[in-house]
Formats: sequence, C-alpha cells, structure tokens
Amino acid sequence: MKKVLVAILSLGMLSAAPAAWAESLLINGAGATFPYPIYSKWFDEYHKVKPDIQFNYQSIGSGGGIRQISAKTVDFGASDGPMSDTQLDAAPGYLMHFPTVIGGVVAIYNVDGVAGSLNLTQKAMAGIFLGSITLWNDPEIQQANPDAKLPGSAIIVVHRSDGSGTSYCWTDYLSKISGEWARRVGKGTSVNWPVGLGGKGNEGVAGLVKQTPGSIGYVELIYAMQNKMTYGKLQNKSGKFVDCTLDSVTAAAASVKMPHDFRVSITNAPGETVYPASTFTWLLIYQHPPDKRKGQALIEFLNWMLIDGEKFTQDLGYAPLPAPVVEMEKAAISKIKI
Amino acid sequence: MNATLDAPTPTTPPASYRKTHSARRMTDLGDRLFKGVTLIFALSILVIAAAIAWQLFTNSHLSRHAFGWGFLTEKTWDPVAENFGALPFIFGTLVSSLIALVLSVPLGVGVAIFLAELAPRRLSDVCSFLIELLAAIPSVVYGLIGIFVLVPFMRVHLQPWLIKAFGWSPLFKGPAYGVGMLTAGLVLAIMIVPFIATISREVLLSVPLALKESAMALGATHWEVVVTAVLPYARSGIIGSVFLALGRALGETMAVTMVIGNVPHIAASLLAPGYTMAAVLANEFTEATSDLYVHTLIEIGLVLFVITILVNGIARWILTRMTISAGARP
Repeated sequence: MKKVLVAILSLGMLSAAPAAWAESLLINGAGATFPYPIYSKWFDEYHKVKPDIQFNYQSIGSGGGIRQISAKTVDFGASDGPMSDTQLDAAPGYLMHFPTVIGGVVAIYNVDGVAGSLNLTQKAMAGIFLGSITLWNDPEIQQANPDAKLPGSAIIVVHRSDGSGTSYCWTDYLSKISGEWARRVGKGTSVNWPVGLGGKGNEGVAGLVKQTPGSIGYVELIYAMQNKMTYGKLQNKSGKFVDCTLDSVTAAAASVKMPHDFRVSITNAPGETVYPASTFTWLLIYQHPPDKRKGQALIEFLNWMLIDGEKFTQDLGYAPLPAPVVEMEKAAISKIKI
Repeated sequence: MNATLDAPTPTTPPASYRKTHSARRMTDLGDRLFKGVTLIFALSILVIAAAIAWQLFTNSHLSRHAFGWGFLTEKTWDPVAENFGALPFIFGTLVSSLIALVLSVPLGVGVAIFLAELAPRRLSDVCSFLIELLAAIPSVVYGLIGIFVLVPFMRVHLQPWLIKAFGWSPLFKGPAYGVGMLTAGLVLAIMIVPFIATISREVLLSVPLALKESAMALGATHWEVVVTAVLPYARSGIIGSVFLALGRALGETMAVTMVIGNVPHIAASLLAPGYTMAAVLANEFTEATSDLYVHTLIEIGLVLFVITILVNGIARWILTRMTISAGARP
C-alpha cells in the first residue's frame, strides 16, 4: 500500500513539473535550415541569461517558415531569402525582416591534377551551369588559371535537389552575372537546372563531387570549412578573384545600400574585396505581434542578439553583421508596436 | 458470406433450448459486440484512405485548375516560371520500380524455394531471420550504402562494362555517372527482396505435404516437385508478396532520392539520372513558398496515390483471375 502511495505521489510531482515550466514563456519559431546552428546556440545562451524565456525553433526550411508565420502558427519565422511583395501582401499583418548573420556559397570541384584553388570567371561560372562550357580545359577557365594543368575531361555539374536557401543564393548570383541565366532559368530555392545531377543537401552535393571526377558543385561556406574542402575563387563585380572568407562575405553586406525593410540581395555586390555569392538570412516578425508578452520578449532578444549574440557567430562559421546594419536594425526594432 | 456461414444453424431452435440457455444469449451479445468493434476497426481503414484522398484532392485545386489533365503529360518542371508537369516523375517512379521488380522477383522467389524446399531446417531458420533483419534496416541506411558503395562501383565497373557490351541499344547509352535509374532500381531491389523472400517462404512452407509426397510417389525429381506441385499451389501467395513489394518500391523516398540523380528528364537510357514522385515531394515540399507550387506538389501526391491504387487494383484482378483459372482446373 505504501508503495502504491509513493508511486502516486511521485507521479503527481512529475505531472506538476510541466505546470511549473508553463509559467516560463515559450516562443515558437520555424524556418530556415542554414542558420539553425547559430540560432540554437543563441537560444541556448539567451536561456542562460533569461531563464524564464524558452525558444523552440524548428528548422523546417524557409518556405515552411514563411507559410507558418503567415498563418500565425508560430511567433517568428526565419528565411534565407527575402519574402516577395505578393507574399508580404498575403500575410495578415506587416511582417518585418531582421537580418541575423551572413553566409557565403562556394564552388567545390573535383578535377584530376588540380589540388589548389581555381580562379573562376563570371563567364566560366555562367557557362558551366548553363551547359555551354562542357570541358575543363575550355579557354575561359584555362586563361584565368595559366599555371593549372586542366584536363580535357567533361564537366559534370552537381546542384542541390532539395529546395534550399543555398540554391537561392547561388541562382541569384548566376542571375546577376548572366543575362541568359536570368532569362532562361532565374532564381529560386528550386529551379529548372539546364544541366547536371541533383544531390540531397550539402552532404549529398559534396558526396557526389568527391566521388565524381570532373564534377563541380556548390555548398555553404560553413559546410566547406568544417569539411576542409578546397573551393574556387569567384570573380567579383570589380573583376577581382576573391576567396570566400568571413571578411569578404561581411564586405559584401557592407557594400550595398540597405533599404529600410532590409530586403536586399547582396550577391555580386560592388567592391574590390567583396565575395559575390553571399547572402543575409532573416528573422520574420510581425510589427504588431499578436501576443504582447511574446512580442516584448522578442524585442529584448533581438537587442541581445545584435550586441551580445554577435560574438558567437564567427566560431560557428557565420559572418557577423557590419556595424551600420546593426545600427539600422536597432532603429527598426524600436518600430515594433506592442 | 454470412448466408453460407449461417446456413447450417437451425433456423428455429426449440423454445426450451432458448429459455434454458440464457448464457448463450450472453455469448450472442459478445459476438455482436466483437463483430461491431472489428467492423469499426475495418471501417477506420476506409475512413483514413478516404480522408487522405479528400485532403489531397481539395488541397491541390489550384494546380488542377491551372494545368488540367495536361499535368500528367507535361514534361517541364520549372518552379521559377511555375510551369509544372508530372510526367518525368511518373516515368521515373514506374521505371525504377519495374527495374527493382525484374531484379528482385527471381532472386526473392529463388531464395524462398531454397529455404522452404531444399535447405536444412536450421539453416533455413537462420537465413529467414537474417532476411527479416534486412527488411528492418532504415531506408536512409540503404541510401548511404548506395552513395558510398554502390554508386562508385557502378561508375567504375558496372556501367562502363554495360556501355561497352550493350552500348548499341538505347537502354545502355550515355556517360557513366554512377547515380541514375539503374542504380536506384538496384537499391530498391535489395530493399524489397526480403518482402518477397520471407512471405514466399511462408507460403511455400504451407503447401500440404501430401501434395509433394504424391508428386514424389509419381517419380518426380526435386525440380519437378517444385515446378509441378509446389509453385502452382503457392502461386497466388507469391504474387501477393510481389505486389506488396511493388507497393513498397513505388513509395520509397529516401534511398531513391540519394542515388537516382534527381533530374526531371525522360531518357531512354537506364544509366541516365531520373526522378521519382516521392523524391520530388521530399525534396521540394519544405521550400515551396507559393500556393500554386504547394498545390502542385500535393497533386503529385494525389497522382502517386492513384497510381498505387491502380497498381494494387490490377494486381488484385490478376490474382483473382489466376485463382479462378487454377481452381477451375480438374
């Protein structure tokens, strides 16, 4: 009998525990997969600073994030590409974009006899992905790399098969450097690729490139850094070949004129040190949050993120925001109406 | 069905019997309850299937109105211009499943015959246990094995050999990418062999001993016993296992998308990359932003649902035809 009583009591205590939890504020978010590592780090660190605030972030993809915040089933959304005007109009309230970090997309390749970093011109990149440049020893590639011994083997393009912000950034970059690409293919999380094979996720693309001689693909900078892969130097708008680093990616963010709603593409941005395939990633928050307590908590989090959160970015391979953008964002945060 | 079962019971039991055996009424109540509860269980399957079909149908109306029946014959898949067609995916799903069946049916049935008829009992039990283990491996593991083991093997050994030996036929043309329709079919075949082998083995084991002994008594060899007595008896069960496996192959997502190449093109060559309906759903659903795009993907789901029903329906039809003709034989 005693045992039964003890069991019942402990059960009661167990069920009481979630009730105590519920008093702390749970903020739900969903969206982009690319910034997931830094977001989970931030939410974790922020929970240490403010134990009564708990974030629950589901990295279901930018499309899902936009759909869920538009349906108000989450408190904030996250996206690797800015929302279009039609998407904003369809949302039940004004959605504000807040850039959080910057990422880069790099070209990885597997060419026999080439170990180092290749210089890749704009014409070469557009031609390869359009399918008009088909051999590695094409003059367009060879002239930019006079010292490299390029083989006469066929180029096999590898792209992402799953819809992704990485593909969005890459096709946005290709659209800016090639009028033909913009006309024939365009930009998007998934596009109608003229040539190539599809690999699922960064690991799928990297796996195919590693295994297939003569292949070229694209992955996120962080993924290439973590797996110590060599990647090409892309030719930027000034004609310089630039290595993708946290500095050259931040330089891209600093060089564009930032619109008041932060919806800006930073691919092929002007400037000598700028890496051309770079992108912001955004949080999406209603200007009039439906839940006042959660809205207030989000404002406090955003302010913490801009000041204290930035120091966690570089360790995880994300480029921090340039100072002027941080200042603009602070002003934008004050416009959220509780 | 009920009529035949009820027929042997007397239509009017003696009054005394009914009065004195009130316990029997309790069992009647129990039977009715039992029947009702199992009926609800059975109906729930129908309700779930109908609900899925209804959801797929209503949530794809934008795409159905935009593309009509042309959706099934259109070859372009362009999410940027929002011009969508399902044909490459239907083609890829059917072809990869067909390759899988061609490879796995002889293998699976062969394994089953050996295990049921020829192998010593202990070896047979150990082997069946291992085969059932194969069925429990998650498909992503098959996909990874596909990427890291099968794809390099295909690219370096099998595909160049196929191109050299059979390159004259359009089926084996083109560069050896490693990934592609044939690789996907191979992975699928490995995945569905356990279904065919284990179910067929059980069916073969259920063949009455008297049947085999009569064949042997007539002087049949082992081979003749299997071909003339065992296989005809077990035929419908074996075909059932094949269609269960086919259903699995049609809907397989993860392992296929990892090795098929994911290119929505229709090519005659089995070495060319392709795409399947389940794979495009898994790949593009999370990032589909516009309403039309989402509706189109849901319509792909609807098409897959209908094709699965059609395939299973045809299988049922073949099965009943064969059972009838087999039963009609003297």
